Amino acid sequence: MGSRSSHAAVIPDVDTIRRETGFSQASLLRLHHRFRALDRDKKGYLSRMDLQQIGALAVNPLGDCIIDSFFPSRSQRLDFSGFVRVLAHFRPVEEESPGIRDPKQPEPLNSRMNKLRFAFQLYDLDGDGLISRQEMLQVLRLMVGVQVTEEQLESIADRTVQEADEDGDGAVSFLEFTKSLEKMNIEQKMSIRILK
Amino acid sequence: MERGAKEKNHQLYKPYTNGIIAKDPTSLEEEIKEIRRSGSSKALDNTPEFELSDIFYFCRKGMETIMDDEVTKRFSAEELESWNLLSRTNYNFQYISLRLTVLWGLGVLIRYCFLLPLRIALAFTGISLLVVGTTVVGYLPNGRFKEFLSKHVHLMCYRICVRALTAIITYHDRENRPRNGGICVANHTSPIDVIILASDGYYAMVGQVHGGLMGVIQRAMVKACPHVWFERSEVKDRHLVAKRLTEHVQDKSKLPILIFPEGTCINNTSVMMFKKGSFEIGATVYPVAIKYDPQFGDAFWNSSKYGMVTYLLRMMTSWAIVCSVWYLPPMTRETDEDAVQFANRVKSAIARQGGLVDLLWDGGLKREKVKDTFKEEQQKLYSKMIVGNHEDRSRS
Repeated sequence: MGSRSSHAAVIPDVDTIRRETGFSQASLLRLHHRFRALDRDKKGYLSRMDLQQIGALAVNPLGDCIIDSFFPSRSQRLDFSGFVRVLAHFRPVEEESPGIRDPKQPEPLNSRMNKLRFAFQLYDLDGDGLISRQEMLQVLRLMVGVQVTEEQLESIADRTVQEADEDGDGAVSFLEFTKSLEKMNIEQKMSIRILK
Repeated sequence: MERGAKEKNHQLYKPYTNGIIAKDPTSLEEEIKEIRRSGSSKALDNTPEFELSDIFYFCRKGMETIMDDEVTKRFSAEELESWNLLSRTNYNFQYISLRLTVLWGLGVLIRYCFLLPLRIALAFTGISLLVVGTTVVGYLPNGRFKEFLSKHVHLMCYRICVRALTAIITYHDRENRPRNGGICVANHTSPIDVIILASDGYYAMVGQVHGGLMGVIQRAMVKACPHVWFERSEVKDRHLVAKRLTEHVQDKSKLPILIFPEGTCINNTSVMMFKKGSFEIGATVYPVAIKYDPQFGDAFWNSSKYGMVTYLLRMMTSWAIVCSVWYLPPMTRETDEDAVQFANRVKSAIARQGGLVDLLWDGGLKREKVKDTFKEEQQKLYSKMIVGNHEDRSRS
């Protein structure tokens, strides 16, 4: 009779996930429902193809990079915990007074540092911890498609790397990246609020 | 129960289309400007430039669509604001109270042991009468008497089937009902749409030839009056389809054709792109908007989840199917419009009347990927922000 709707017990390791990501039970249920809706063939995991079929994601110039960020180290399957861990970066930061957090606990996934690290990884295509001029050029090319000439793009990439690069190694490290964005309201710009 | 449903019929059923995430409806330009403004302390002038922070916009937008996008959610059943005692519509299944569970149990008993057998009996009667009746009428010589009989046999059987589903339908603006030589277009939510429309008017059906019970029904129906059934192979050939439809439409003695241009079932919260084929024929188009009230039973057919028989069983074990049908005034293609624009015009009219969201996306996205031209639009917009128009650039 009908379909069984998602129940907390159906999500594997729900307590671990809740602790690591900080999502509420209700949010996790919604995300699990969404995970199952995207998994059209009912495989139990998501493949790249499942994400590529989201129309609005396919028209996003960085769509493929974003999809890649879900599939680390050449794996082809995305299970629910992996799915939620990436999305946890975008959880809005709660208002809590500093000093209450237990310093022995790992930093929450949605902290400012981790949000910045996520954005940095989108630029750092080979994952070596540095955004080289070449990588900057590649990402720029994705964002503008064929609308801009190679020279214009190169000059933009050069200028950007020069402005952010402090130790003169010709590439932007994570620290330099954070420094150039220190005034940015990352918490707001990289947050997505889930409605109950 | 019927009276209560009838009273609600007079207003529009408001779809509960809140997404699961909070979104700001700002454009690409505004958002990127805001991101830059919050990041840098230098005065923001309009010189085009690139900032490291621009990536945040695309990143967040991408994540938002992964969490919730306009299209994927149209292919699953609508969520209700308050529970209607059917466990199939219960999204967040939690044990709330003993009383509610008892009520639910009682509901199950009534629906399965009392309503279901009644409805199955009615449906059986309706379908067999249809097959037998149309075959008998088919033996008569062609003429006005045959047409008269076939119309009434069809109508009677559809009315019985409507009762079998306990569909409570309110028809609005019946003076706009389709006439001979026209094409009736409507938004598509389930195969039941056909029965609902055909129980209030006389239509010629269009569709693929099926096997099994459907095939038997189709063959019987076409004996009584001309319907347009296509073989599977013919469906791919658009010219053949257009030709047969045009022939049918030009014969004024034949009934109006009933077509669902979306091509697939959508969950009745939105209207998706209309395929332009039926709008190229040049006949008068009679748009019809169908809106179901999901409170008593959700009529949406999720064809990837349920087969036809399971679907019909679910329909017959819901409380009732309540819907409103609006007949919109007929439209014809203007001389300076092409088929696609005409199709969009009709689609907007239907969406507006039914209180549905008008989407540009293709219903075929259920099964295929989207085209690259849309991505280029985004890329164009962004390029303007970082390099400006070619005339503006004074230094490289």
